[in-house]
Amino acid sequence: MKLSRRSFLQLAGAGGTAALVTLPTKSASVEGVEPSPGDAERSVLVDTTVCIGCRACEAACAEVNGLPDPSLDEVVYPLMRQTGPESFTVVNRVIRKNGKPRYVKRQCMHCIEPACASACPVRALDKEPFGPVNYHADRCMGCRYCMVACPFRVPKYEYAKAIPRVRKCTFCAERQKEGKKPGCVGVCPSGALNFGRRGELLLEARRRVFGNPDRYVQHIYGENEAGGTNWMYITDVPFEKLGFEVAVNDTYYPKLVKGALGVPPVVMTLWPPLLMGIYAITHRKENGNGNSGPGEGGHHG
Amino acid sequence: MDSVATPATAQSWFRQKILLGETLPEYVKERMTAPIIASLLVIAAGLTLIVYRFYAGLGAATNLSQNQPWGIWIGFDMMTGICLAAGGFTIGAAVEIFGLEEYHAIERPAILTGFLGYILAIIGLIVDLGKPWNMVQVTMRNGTQSVLFEVAWCVMCYTSVLALEFAVPFFEWLGWKKVYSLLKKTLLGLTVLSVMFSTMHQSALGSLFIIAPGRLHPLWYSESIFIFFFVSALIAGISMVIVESSISHAIFSKQFVGQHVDADELTLGLGKAGAVVMFAYFFLKLQGVVDNHAVEFIGKGFYGKWWLVEMLGFVLFPTLLYAWGARNRRVKAVRWAAAIAVLGIVFNRLNISVIAFNYNQEIRYVPSWMEVLVSVSLVLIGILAFRWIVHRMPVLHPLEGEK
Repeated sequence: MKLSRRSFLQLAGAGGTAALVTLPTKSASVEGVEPSPGDAERSVLVDTTVCIGCRACEAACAEVNGLPDPSLDEVVYPLMRQTGPESFTVVNRVIRKNGKPRYVKRQCMHCIEPACASACPVRALDKEPFGPVNYHADRCMGCRYCMVACPFRVPKYEYAKAIPRVRKCTFCAERQKEGKKPGCVGVCPSGALNFGRRGELLLEARRRVFGNPDRYVQHIYGENEAGGTNWMYITDVPFEKLGFEVAVNDTYYPKLVKGALGVPPVVMTLWPPLLMGIYAITHRKENGNGNSGPGEGGHHG
Repeated sequence: MDSVATPATAQSWFRQKILLGETLPEYVKERMTAPIIASLLVIAAGLTLIVYRFYAGLGAATNLSQNQPWGIWIGFDMMTGICLAAGGFTIGAAVEIFGLEEYHAIERPAILTGFLGYILAIIGLIVDLGKPWNMVQVTMRNGTQSVLFEVAWCVMCYTSVLALEFAVPFFEWLGWKKVYSLLKKTLLGLTVLSVMFSTMHQSALGSLFIIAPGRLHPLWYSESIFIFFFVSALIAGISMVIVESSISHAIFSKQFVGQHVDADELTLGLGKAGAVVMFAYFFLKLQGVVDNHAVEFIGKGFYGKWWLVEMLGFVLFPTLLYAWGARNRRVKAVRWAAAIAVLGIVFNRLNISVIAFNYNQEIRYVPSWMEVLVSVSLVLIGILAFRWIVHRMPVLHPLEGEK
């Protein structure tokens, strides 16, 4: 099956629209191929090679989220900006060897198994079943453990406010629930942001990357990073140069603490009988002759 | 025993219990020494800064940044405060469960230190949290995938246990005999709970960093870090008790009159325990480095050398000093070993949560003077509260009239 980019985009658009009607419960799997986790989730494939750097996504994001308008001046480009509490997405520019620019839009990666949501003790950051990692300010106590946990350093904090929130891209979860596309996706004129189901977008990414080995870097950023993310990137510039964290583990981050979180059940089950057993042994003599010590410790029921 | 406080007017109760039998002007005049006044001034400044921090936000008071979400209020007040409070469960278990009655005299001071340590850590945490009033959400949401969820529950539960443990001398002091004797009977159960919650809490504070492999330097990062945290909490517990009892004996020596406590013998015994646990800790840490494939980083660059300073200067050295002192019956050496070991644990917690954290980032976090002042004032509050309590309640000594 071969798709031109345009027909693919139409397909992805149609898929997206279909998904908006019925939230995915089962992924569309190719026969004989096991669907992998996250296949049915809403995703975006960013093809940086077609991004024209218009930054309409930044403006749309600001509008949708009620953030201050981004300055669309080109002076921001040498900065390699990070997202911030008042800018959930930024477009950065790198100059390639041939002197031409390459643009990359950055925002929350929306992991399949997000570290931030697993780290949040009050589930203020919570994964929506259809993909987005959403934020509920009313639950958040401001511990900032999500910021420690996120391997992409995405969650940002309103340090300047007396009543602060964690701020990050929510993949327009609420808009998506209403059947709308995410703000940035809706305005992208170049086809750099391809919206659809992750499984299908991943196939398309592979087709493009591995089908054009001399054009693309042979890696899909987000396919395996942190176990897989819903925003995936393909490009022709080394990912490091584009400002991506390349030291991100290829495992689900919540899995890292599985062993440590196994401690409480063991301790709660074993400690009391163990300690009482020790107590019984160390105090056996006293029980025998009924001569408990003068201290506070020797009390028996 | 019939030493119920005389049922008298509220004023005389106040004078007897709070002012130690003096009048208010007498009391104030006598206590207002230069160090106390200085401490109170620092505390006043610290409390003012806390108000400022809530008014102006974390950004105005701290040097925290988008890249450095945790500073010394977590790294020192929380991480270190909780660790140094470990004496409460260590000595509690030794006395109540292992039946080492000779340590009974230091059980109450250790529990009091633990209690104050937890209270101060919680205050530090509240100051650090963006919206502390939402802490109640922990009881309403099932954040069971989160290590911090475990930490939060342990803090709540263990602070309650410590409060109940401390309530024993407190009600003895108040003279509420019935409550006191009832609480005293629960002490064994409370001690079991304190060991249980401490095991979980101390280890979970380490587990917090397991989810950040890209941020913590490989020499400190380990998926077994929770074991290191627990074992080093035992070291901190033992060492803090030695340090504290040495200081207490020097400062509050008159309170020990008639106690017949052989402090030197206790110190040597604790020193022996300290040597054993620390030796195990040293090799556990080495094992962690091997396990994390980080051997190549040892001695390499700033962090490689910094790690050697911690491991050789603040783990191996006090271990050997402990062993030597305990073996050759040199109490002073054991005390020094304990002091260095305590510093070493503080060093370790700061390394993990602040210094070797974000080791790969260009911009480094240095605490603001306001952060430092708040931390210092919290420590001073702890010291003054400890003093105030042991001057009144039967912590270091039995109540007068009770044998």
